[in-house]
Amino acid sequence: MTQLIVSDVTLTFGGLNALANVDITIEPGIITSIIGPNGAGKTSVLNCISGFYHPSEGTIYYGERNLTHASPHQVSNMGIARAFQNLELFSGLSVLDNLLLARHQNLNYSIFHALIYFGKASRLEAENRSYVEKVIDFMELEPYRKSRVGNLSYGVQKRVEVARALTLGPKLLLLDEPMAGMNIEEKEDIVRFILDLKKEWGITIVLVEHDLGVVMDISDEIYVLDFGILIGSGKPKEVASDPKVIEAYIGEE
Amino acid sequence: MQEREHLLQHTIPQLLRWRVNETGDKVALREKDFGCWNSYTWNQYYDSVRKTGLGLRKIGFDKGDKVAIISDNIPETLYMAIGAQAVGGLSSAIYQTSLPEEIGDILNYLDVKVVFCSDQEQVDKVAEVRDKIPQVKKVIYEDSRGMRSYQTDDWFMYIEDLYSLGEQLHQEDSELFESLVNKGKPDDVCHFCLTSGTTGLPKGAMLTHRNYINMGLQLTAVDPLEETDEYVSFLPFAWIGEQMNSFGVAMATGIAVNFPESVETSMDDLKEIGPHFMFGAPRIYETIRSQIWLKIDESYLLNKFIYKYFMKIGEEAAGYRMSGRSMPAKLRFLAWLGKQMIYRPLVNQIGFLRLRRAYTGGAALGPELFTFYQAIGVNLKQIYGQTEIVGIAYMHRDGDIRPDTVGKPLPGTECRISEEGEILSRSASVTPGYYNLPEKTEELLQGGWLHSGDAGYIDEDGHLVVIDRISDVMHTKAGDMFSPMFLENRLKFSPYIKEAVIFGDQQEYVSALINVDPIVVGKWAEDRGLSFSTFMELSGLPEVAVLIQDGVAEINKNAEQEHFKIHRFALLYKLLDMDDGELTKTGKIRRKFVREKYSDIYEALYNTEVTEKTVEAFYQYQDGQTTTVETTIHFYTMEN
Repeated sequence: MTQLIVSDVTLTFGGLNALANVDITIEPGIITSIIGPNGAGKTSVLNCISGFYHPSEGTIYYGERNLTHASPHQVSNMGIARAFQNLELFSGLSVLDNLLLARHQNLNYSIFHALIYFGKASRLEAENRSYVEKVIDFMELEPYRKSRVGNLSYGVQKRVEVARALTLGPKLLLLDEPMAGMNIEEKEDIVRFILDLKKEWGITIVLVEHDLGVVMDISDEIYVLDFGILIGSGKPKEVASDPKVIEAYIGEE
Repeated sequence: MQEREHLLQHTIPQLLRWRVNETGDKVALREKDFGCWNSYTWNQYYDSVRKTGLGLRKIGFDKGDKVAIISDNIPETLYMAIGAQAVGGLSSAIYQTSLPEEIGDILNYLDVKVVFCSDQEQVDKVAEVRDKIPQVKKVIYEDSRGMRSYQTDDWFMYIEDLYSLGEQLHQEDSELFESLVNKGKPDDVCHFCLTSGTTGLPKGAMLTHRNYINMGLQLTAVDPLEETDEYVSFLPFAWIGEQMNSFGVAMATGIAVNFPESVETSMDDLKEIGPHFMFGAPRIYETIRSQIWLKIDESYLLNKFIYKYFMKIGEEAAGYRMSGRSMPAKLRFLAWLGKQMIYRPLVNQIGFLRLRRAYTGGAALGPELFTFYQAIGVNLKQIYGQTEIVGIAYMHRDGDIRPDTVGKPLPGTECRISEEGEILSRSASVTPGYYNLPEKTEELLQGGWLHSGDAGYIDEDGHLVVIDRISDVMHTKAGDMFSPMFLENRLKFSPYIKEAVIFGDQQEYVSALINVDPIVVGKWAEDRGLSFSTFMELSGLPEVAVLIQDGVAEINKNAEQEHFKIHRFALLYKLLDMDDGELTKTGKIRRKFVREKYSDIYEALYNTEVTEKTVEAFYQYQDGQTTTVETTIHFYTMEN
């Protein structure tokens, strides 16, 4: 099991500090949440980890490996997957095609194999499909397998987005507001999926979420950001009673 | 038929073994899992039943013990039921939608020792009432997902662990299973089928091996099936309608039973299999037709034109086909052309292309639905029966289909009408009685006849006509008799009406509380640019009221008797729902409950001065939160 350590990371856009000297340690096998008001820099942390941004200062290590300047596809090859807040799916393709496509990096057969579709090519495709089916079963997407993503309801699309991240077979999953815009039933489902992912698939979860009820319920560890600065961290109970956190959320009297 | 008579001498497990010897390598079961159809031969079927049966024995399940199944339809459901029967035990099944309290009561009533659940959802419910069911020794589950918190507790057991116990016992004593199977007698009770009581706890009808096998043989004596035929198992296993097929028909004929991937995908999976026969409640056929209508409506103009033209031809041809008359040559040609051009592709779209016969039962189906399905080439027939006679005892014959009757008795079934007008039947499929309810059994089987509780008569052609439950027939104040269910069905035959409740017992006139169909009426409203966001708003639209009013007027025009006419109606702001106790598990209306729950609406229906009334609608969400919304209900009086 590998630790992800974000140490002393600063991210600047021109003169603006999106993140300032942030230290976050993601322990393996647990759910770590990052919370904070709008514009606090939560998504920026995820962007730094997944290689979309590179920190101006500081380092990010995943075990022995240095992610600080890695590109997104390198990060994904290390077993870190991400589900986006704004769905990053091909809305004209079916759920199945979206998921199969997400595993393209596992398909390394040559154009000749592809042409005759025998041996390696067909074996890899079959393995690929069976992995995708495992994810479909897990995310309970069976009824939508062949539906076009664009025609599905938002709640289901969100589930497909999480499934897409899962098809990469990650060891660490970054979830950016997986419950935004969902009704209570859909939220309950997603919570169940997250808990099962942690306990049955042994995946480390990093969760960015606005629904504090959910965060407090399921997180093992919480980090609180405000204006790019880490203002608190700890177990849910500790964080909930931290005066600085309360101030950031509710404001001063 | 003659050479199949000997099958009646077997128990279900013995018959399974006989099938293994006959066609061991033929596919018996198929299950869709992870997107693939996995097949199991009769050999594998029998092996799994043996593993399950011996496993049960190893955990202390003995002759006369009972297992209860709360599961979606998966092969393991059958392994568990037949495995228990093989070692001398009994099976029973509980609806997956049952609440924990109900499950606890049923487990106690049937004195169940082992419970089989398909997944965490069901296990959770059983665990919730654990301290009330001390006699339950083990809860076995099939899907291990989400069960981590139960793994340390040996009250719960994973089915694979049960299989290994069974394998182990088989290695120790390889003769044991065969000798246990041999001990079974065809007249032993093998399964308790719960009858959906509209009030109180369901009764457990005891059914024997012979009951099931006889039903399968009699049904297929009229409508033969080939061993290579396919059946899709999508009805709840707790319903007799499913057991009669997966126990009775499948064992009697050797057809393959296919299990869908999940409840939500069953209609898509049905398309992939293309069954040769199917059985369903009227609601299924209504839903499929509504979908066809919607799709045609959205199609190109040319398609629509072809559909409209050939539907007329098809309906005309259906009239000939249903009555068994031969068609004039021109019509025959046009019907053939229609079949090639539109019906075949259409029927293929819904997965009915290979279907030789479709049966509907449980409630009445609109006459135009029969015509519709017959027109597109689906041989839809009405059946009639009840749990206590293994589901089907009366059925339409090919070429003799009349929507107003339920057909003729199956061979070996005798029918009589009592002096009170009650339908009585007698056959080898009649239950020996209810479990531990001697008084109810006495009532049920008085004089050696099965008392159906339904009023009916036999018409001049020998067809049975069912009117209604004897206890449900109502009288107006003037003493005129009417059947509320009959009138409700009339209303429901309209595509715009989803559900209707008829009142009028001891009142001046008949009135109705109506649920509009959210999909069909929703589409209708959209097409006319009427805006709405919830079912409540849709029901409240004045244009919708006019639409329904026209429908009711049409029905009143065709009423056989003056007092059948619906004088007043209101559109209810919410769909009647099982979870709110308004419908039974099989979707029948609990009229008394509805009347009490909506008593203010009921009163207003019988006060002609009221034209609208503000009521408080009360909603309970899944998480237990409740809200109250104020809404206005309008009442409409029909002009006679």
